[in-house]
Amino acid sequence: MKYIPQYLIILTIGFAAEIMNAVIPAPVPACIYGIIILFILLCSGILKLDHIKESARFLIDVQPVMFIPAGVGLIVIWSEVKDSVLFYLAVCVVSTVFTILVAGWVTQIVIKRRKKS
Amino acid sequence: MNGILFGSQYFGAALTIGAFMVGRVLQKKTGFVLFNPILVGVAICIAVLKVFDIDYEAYNHGAQFVSYFLNIATISLAILLYEQLTVLKKNFLAIIIGISSGVLASVASVLALSIMFGFTHQEFVTMLPHSITTAMGMALSEEYEGYVSVTVAGIVITGILGNVIAVPALKLFRITDPVAKGIAIGTSSHALGTAKALEIGEVEGAMSGLSIAVAGLITVIAMAVFSGIY
Repeated sequence: MKYIPQYLIILTIGFAAEIMNAVIPAPVPACIYGIIILFILLCSGILKLDHIKESARFLIDVQPVMFIPAGVGLIVIWSEVKDSVLFYLAVCVVSTVFTILVAGWVTQIVIKRRKKS
Repeated sequence: MNGILFGSQYFGAALTIGAFMVGRVLQKKTGFVLFNPILVGVAICIAVLKVFDIDYEAYNHGAQFVSYFLNIATISLAILLYEQLTVLKKNFLAIIIGISSGVLASVASVLALSIMFGFTHQEFVTMLPHSITTAMGMALSEEYEGYVSVTVAGIVITGILGNVIAVPALKLFRITDPVAKGIAIGTSSHALGTAKALEIGEVEGAMSGLSIAVAGLITVIAMAVFSGIY
């Protein structure tokens, strides 16, 4: 029975996040509110990790599969985007490599400086 | 064919998970980085739909249930963050500075390339949130009146790219610190990259998961500033 109460908790947080998304006039998606709510509940001790652990781990484990339908959706919009597709791809490639480089290097430099001092 | 498939609740889901498993087996057997289970899964599904002339709607009738819990799966990433609370506290400054500079690098490079390619304002704002999580990037694209469907495609492609190139790119740039690795992956390629970060290690996975949330929030601010520039 442990999975059912765990899912109830996670779904309730998802629902609360949806309400926040609807009420607060900011372009912040529900799942971001959800991460913040769950994190605060865990940090404050209101919720114990044991209350959600197995179900949360299951959801994290299967998450990669969940992106496939969105990826397959490319065939629907293909005719609409095919003329600019190389430009969009170039933006994705260059920007992603650059972001990995900058975020990784800056973080590593800050950590190394802190370790020295 | 479409008649039977339109009624099926299981065809799309079975095809999706089956295609993913083929990708997993291929990756395990060969160790080849491009045999990413998501990339292979998408390719197999598209090939099957094309070869048998199946509508996306017929496929998605079942496949949508595979993605039904995507939002609460993303919310669940908070437990990884919580489990790494001590690491988070110890490296708080590095994390905030690292993610902020990563977000800035992402939007600034999109701006530079948009000017170079002569994008319209609409095309520019379409690509601005390409590094962040799908749910949030879609909302931002809608808010700024971009091509939402292209944003979704760009986010998925960026995620697959990040998932595929993260390990070799980190090696090339000599980024060895686990916290820096996770932040670089999560900031550049959201949940899809995080799937790879989780494979590398628990600290990497947690930092990457944390970066999805933080990078998304910082991008909200960054887009407000950058959308006015071009």
